[in-house]
Amino acid sequence: MSVIYILLSVSVVVGVTFLVIFLMAVRSGQYDDDYTPSVRMLFEDELVKEHNTSKQTKTD
Amino acid sequence: MEHNTCFHCGDDCGSQPITFQEKSFCCNGCKTVFEIFNENDLTCYYDLQNSPGAIPKEIEGKYDFLSQDNIIEKLTEFRSDSIEIVTLYIPHIHCSSCIWILENLNKLNPNISDSQVNFGKKTVRITYNSETTDLKPVVLLLSSIGYEPYISLDDFKSGKQHINRTLIYKLGVAAFGFGNIMFLSFPEYFEVNEYWLEQYKPVFRWLMFALSLPVVFYSAQDYFISAFKGLKAKLLNIDVPIALGISVLFIRSTVEIIFDLGSGFFDSLAGLVFFLLVGKFFQQKTYDFLSFERDYKSYFPIAITKIDKNGIENSIQVYDIEKGDRILIRNEELIPVDGILINGNAKIDYSFVTGESQTVSKQSGDKLFAGGKQTQGVIEMEALKSVEQSYLTQLWSNDVFNKNKEDGFTNITNTISKHFTIAILSISVIATAFWLITDSTKAMNVFTAVLIIACPCAIALSAPFTFGNLLRIFGKQKFYVKNASVIEQLAKINTVIFDKTGTITSNKHSNAEYDGDLLSDSENLVLKNSLRGSNHPLSRTLYNVLKENNIVILDAFEEHIGKGIEAKHKAVNMKIGSASFVGNPNETTVLNTTVHISSNNVYKGKFTFYNSYRKGVSKLFNQLKQQFDLVILSGDNEGERENLKKLLPAKTKLIFNQKPEDKLDFIKYHQSEGAKVLMIGDGLNDAGALAQSDVGIAISEDVNVFSPACDAILDATKFKELFSYIKASKSAIKIIKWSFLLSFIYNVIGLYFAVTGQLEPVVAAILMPLSSISIVVFTTIATNVLGKRLK
Repeated sequence: MSVIYILLSVSVVVGVTFLVIFLMAVRSGQYDDDYTPSVRMLFEDELVKEHNTSKQTKTD
Repeated sequence: MEHNTCFHCGDDCGSQPITFQEKSFCCNGCKTVFEIFNENDLTCYYDLQNSPGAIPKEIEGKYDFLSQDNIIEKLTEFRSDSIEIVTLYIPHIHCSSCIWILENLNKLNPNISDSQVNFGKKTVRITYNSETTDLKPVVLLLSSIGYEPYISLDDFKSGKQHINRTLIYKLGVAAFGFGNIMFLSFPEYFEVNEYWLEQYKPVFRWLMFALSLPVVFYSAQDYFISAFKGLKAKLLNIDVPIALGISVLFIRSTVEIIFDLGSGFFDSLAGLVFFLLVGKFFQQKTYDFLSFERDYKSYFPIAITKIDKNGIENSIQVYDIEKGDRILIRNEELIPVDGILINGNAKIDYSFVTGESQTVSKQSGDKLFAGGKQTQGVIEMEALKSVEQSYLTQLWSNDVFNKNKEDGFTNITNTISKHFTIAILSISVIATAFWLITDSTKAMNVFTAVLIIACPCAIALSAPFTFGNLLRIFGKQKFYVKNASVIEQLAKINTVIFDKTGTITSNKHSNAEYDGDLLSDSENLVLKNSLRGSNHPLSRTLYNVLKENNIVILDAFEEHIGKGIEAKHKAVNMKIGSASFVGNPNETTVLNTTVHISSNNVYKGKFTFYNSYRKGVSKLFNQLKQQFDLVILSGDNEGERENLKKLLPAKTKLIFNQKPEDKLDFIKYHQSEGAKVLMIGDGLNDAGALAQSDVGIAISEDVNVFSPACDAILDATKFKELFSYIKASKSAIKIIKWSFLLSFIYNVIGLYFAVTGQLEPVVAAILMPLSSISIVVFTTIATNVLGKRLK
């Protein structure tokens, strides 16, 4: 029957873990700017494309 | 291919664009930036967005102060032997290209190790190696590619600004508690009478108790503090019944589980705190790119060039300027102190101060006031006062700037909470008294149940959600409001006061009317062509006003700075400029700006410039006059009185020649007579009036660049919509009243259960979230309908 203790403690530990992760994420400032990262993540592709085109123009 | 717009900045290239690599540029500056990017393989900049750039400005000598150690110390947020980190505000940041180029700065200067853009705040955080480079080259690099940082006296504080995130922490803890307690109370909701669940009830209950502790003592602490403060000031604010409800919930639940009377109300408790905090969070709408707290410090430079007795130029901090110092003001630099012009041709743009964009010419010996911007060449001046004692900056020593407007203002929720709290307390006392007589075992139960169920969660949520949503709707309409209480104040306004220059007049357009002898065709031709060659703002305005004419090459053209233009073409010898320059025989003192013309030494006539009023001014005033007292409070002379009289409704009061302090006092006087004043202004000279008024709105042509401290910033293009914003604020108050009614209905239902002594935890757990959610839904839908009507 004591399995309920294990289950309860697991559920609380999981909950607390998520809470701590959330608090740490807020603390690190990653929610302070919610726009720039959405633009920044698209740049990687552009850079590669630019490299390709510059190579092409050189071979042409 | 269109070749008319600049590849870099998108401006019109005119008839002779500069071409480079088959691309046209409007000026050499733009071309240079393109060359820099081209050399460094950064032309991807132009792929992300069409013509994203800005024309780089003249910066010769402007940033010399950045090599001074004490100034670097103040500007950087981190400093060690090898690394410095600085965050710079760059107003030009506006598109993805900007982010891309600024985050690739290391390709332009290898000593920069990292740069990160915050698009919302328009800042870039640059990390660079301070052994091999310096702050100055970094700033110069930014300026050379058209991203000139804006460094003002406001930055003159070292260290990182503290960001307050406690509300999010509290919300997180409350959400955690709410979710887990809900989860743990499920078995008891359904009263599963299984043997093993019965046996483990205490475990579940004490676990819920443990989870509720951080919710009550951390997340909800603001409500206790605020209630305590309210009681101390003998005010029954909304936090009093909330704090009462929370404590009763917690104490009763704890008592219940200690004596095994029931499962307690921990679920409702955590839910209540969670919903309240969500409301608080929603009400906070911040515009990262705007500041409502600006004073003169945001516009004044950090350092200025001082010329010592031996003629050597030094950069000194503006706070160190003393009376008698000789200072050098370069082109595009701001005059930080009152002083006397010694050398050079001053052409001062006081638009920061007055909103008037027409420049003023000053001769040697004239007095210059702080806040003006030199627009042509270098001048030397002698300081007459220190920064804080200057005419303009003195305004900020007025008490009104230290006062918090929100204090001393009872908001709608607190007004109702007073009656509400008294009513609830009487109901609970009466109900308890009744049960003491009939069934005394239930009395305590009923007393606490009333306080629990009546906890005004829904009432407390009405205003935050209505105002919070309206704030966002206004924001989309380019009316940026500082906080929710401003909307509430706006609904109570009965007097509207406007500044004139820059507020109801437009900076961009101006009208000119000709008065005098008719000009012949050849004279018109010379006039238009000579104006074409001049860069004086009046010439530019007049050039745009006059009708098209052929372009001819003038035989002679000479610009006499501060006086006028002399031009010759064939038989026409024309002088354009001030009355004395042209040789006007009968000069009369007029209040308006004029440009005089003579041809072959015969006086012809003059152009008189009139302010051009914003579109819809007349209509707006006619809408407003039904409900409000209207006043025009202008710092200018009476030159426009007749024009304004024609334009505006008859009951509008027109008051001219008002100094900044006069404006403030005028508003103070009217407030003492019971007026609720809305002030609409734009320049720093309105700052006092904006702070004193109940609601101060700053009009801004470009919201990113300039606005004095105020309660709201209105984009100039939306000026004519002002009346509908006021109307919407009034409707918002109505919505809140309706939602109060709705939450009373829930309270009555809840009170029925409580008073009759049948409040089960599950009823409370259903009723509380239900009332809160329906209030949120109602206010959101209602304000969105309101927002639709705005468009």
